[in-house]
Amino acid sequence: MAAAGMKIMVGCKRVIDYAVKVRVRPDKTGVVTEGVKHSMNPFDEIAVEEAVRLREKKLAGELIAVSCGPKECGETLRTALAMGFDRAIHVEINDPKVYETLSPLHVSKIFAKLVEKEKPGLVILGKQAIDDDCNQTGQMLAGLLRWPQATFTSKLSVNGDSADITREVDGGLETIKVSLPAVVTADLRLNEPRYATLPNIMKAKKKPMDKVNPTELGVDLSPRVEILKVEEPPVREAGVKVDNVDELINRLKNEACVI
Amino acid sequence: MSSLIWRTSTRLFASTTISHRPCKSNHVTSLLNKFSTDNGSATPLQVFSEEESMMKSTVRRFAEDRIKPLVREMDESSKMDENLLKSMFDAGLMGIEVSPDYGGAGMSFMAAILAVEEVSRIDPSVAVGMDIQNTLCCTMMTRFASEELKEKYLPQLATRYLGAFALSEDTSGSDAFALKTTATRNGDDYVINGSKMWISNSEYAGVFFVFANVDLSQGYKGITCFLIEKDTPGLTIGPPIDKLGLKSSSTCPLFFDNCQVPISNVIGDVGKGYKYCIELLNEGRIGIAAQMIGVCQGALDLTLPYIQQRHQFGKSILEFQSVAHQVADMLTQLECAQLLTYNSARLRSYGLPFVKEAAMAKYYSSELAAQLTRCCIDWLGGVGFTRDFGVEKFYRDAKIGTIYEGTSNIQLNTIAKYALKDT
Repeated sequence: MAAAGMKIMVGCKRVIDYAVKVRVRPDKTGVVTEGVKHSMNPFDEIAVEEAVRLREKKLAGELIAVSCGPKECGETLRTALAMGFDRAIHVEINDPKVYETLSPLHVSKIFAKLVEKEKPGLVILGKQAIDDDCNQTGQMLAGLLRWPQATFTSKLSVNGDSADITREVDGGLETIKVSLPAVVTADLRLNEPRYATLPNIMKAKKKPMDKVNPTELGVDLSPRVEILKVEEPPVREAGVKVDNVDELINRLKNEACVI
Repeated sequence: MSSLIWRTSTRLFASTTISHRPCKSNHVTSLLNKFSTDNGSATPLQVFSEEESMMKSTVRRFAEDRIKPLVREMDESSKMDENLLKSMFDAGLMGIEVSPDYGGAGMSFMAAILAVEEVSRIDPSVAVGMDIQNTLCCTMMTRFASEELKEKYLPQLATRYLGAFALSEDTSGSDAFALKTTATRNGDDYVINGSKMWISNSEYAGVFFVFANVDLSQGYKGITCFLIEKDTPGLTIGPPIDKLGLKSSSTCPLFFDNCQVPISNVIGDVGKGYKYCIELLNEGRIGIAAQMIGVCQGALDLTLPYIQQRHQFGKSILEFQSVAHQVADMLTQLECAQLLTYNSARLRSYGLPFVKEAAMAKYYSSELAAQLTRCCIDWLGGVGFTRDFGVEKFYRDAKIGTIYEGTSNIQLNTIAKYALKDT
């Protein structure tokens, strides 16, 4: 199925679905995940879509989806296969304690090893995961590989051995050119992901999914961080009416401490 | 069945806050991964295979993103959005069981049923077209049509246009085989004369599956199924009927005036039409049951959050015990309806007898949908009576469930026949 052309690797994280009302566990060590709906991180879906579009434009060859975690990550990978990917790699992490403390540094090291093996011309990741909001994996991976990075990408065009990229930054839009291979992280407005059509869901069953043990890759997954406590955010208080501008300024300065 | 609403259930749900139906599938699937069994039939009915789960997620997202924004407009204008129809074909929703050789998804009957349920949760009017397409039209082609007919029409049905199932007439509804439309042999053609009534999908159908009698003196044994293309001379599609619910689904009369159809367009064998019809409607019934449980889910999706947020006399509506009991009762009955529906679908998939169970599922689910949607409006109060809120549409859409594809009385007859057989 792989046409001659640039290999693209995309990371797909299995996260709690965005529509779910997240609850803190009674023991305050984390959030409730049992029996809760999970799906692919929305930014990763955008990354998957971008890779499929590049292949449709004949700018890419083999598309490989990667996910790190327990058995259920297989479902996430099948979604990528159903959207048009050729192959999936499931880095199996079955120990729940290890999985809970899995962080961007671990994941970027895993990806770095996979990149060494697969030699893709482009790695596309979501800019951040909606569960931890770290926004680190792409950047760390680029650092480890000593590759250029283009983060918060809202427009991507590949031209031979370089890519023109528009990034969404605080000040507006930044246009840069990166030489390939590079790490790109996808932002919201990069594209609108397609639905996996029912025929493609069935075709995805026949596509290969390789299982890899992180120890085979020589990556140390021992935790760098200890979770002390997880709490609900404070209940939002009601707003207050002020009588005049002076009072407003006073309160903003002395109570809200924002000016 | 009306007495069942007020019967208090023997067990209250344990939690005091009733959340949306929790995702059993993920939790139980992971349990099953620990104690995996090869015997598929031992799994609980609400545990789905990986492809069924993926299909549910995709269809639900599609329904929320693409169908939901158009629901109100389609209901008010009594028109199906043609772009939506096209995107449903593109997503593979119209040929779910059709083999990939003909452009379909090649999924199971259960997958089709789940898809109908998911779409009904957002718009039962869109779902009915999809249900007829999958469970009646595509199955008719796959199971009974010649290879030439399949090659010509099945890919179109899977990817391009709707089919319509034309059985009922002005003077024959429940008494379906008393139909009067005739098909007279004339050389290499049959000439069709007569009319049909209440035909769904008519406005957008590319082909019609028309049941006509080649020899009225033979009674039902003359009934034959003809595949008639839309623009065939002699076929006129009447204007759509203005209905209480399922408004965007076009329901039209059809008129056949010396309509010539080649004999190659006979589906299966001459005189066997009644047999095919019975077989298909037995399965189609499960699709309607799925539609009705979707209607129930859709109404509850809007109602339950509201009655938790709305407070009167210092507490939420749901905290009043009388309301909580009614809700618990309806949820229990919905669970029953869902299990009846899923079980009859699985029985059919496994090639086991399912006719009685399918009749039970359709009867139970459709009667429940009419009552549950009415209860939702009661729990909502005044706001439930408004168009804007959206539940009144489910209330209107639910009503046809007890009537079409076999009225409740007909279902009871069917079920009773089995009781007689068993004694």
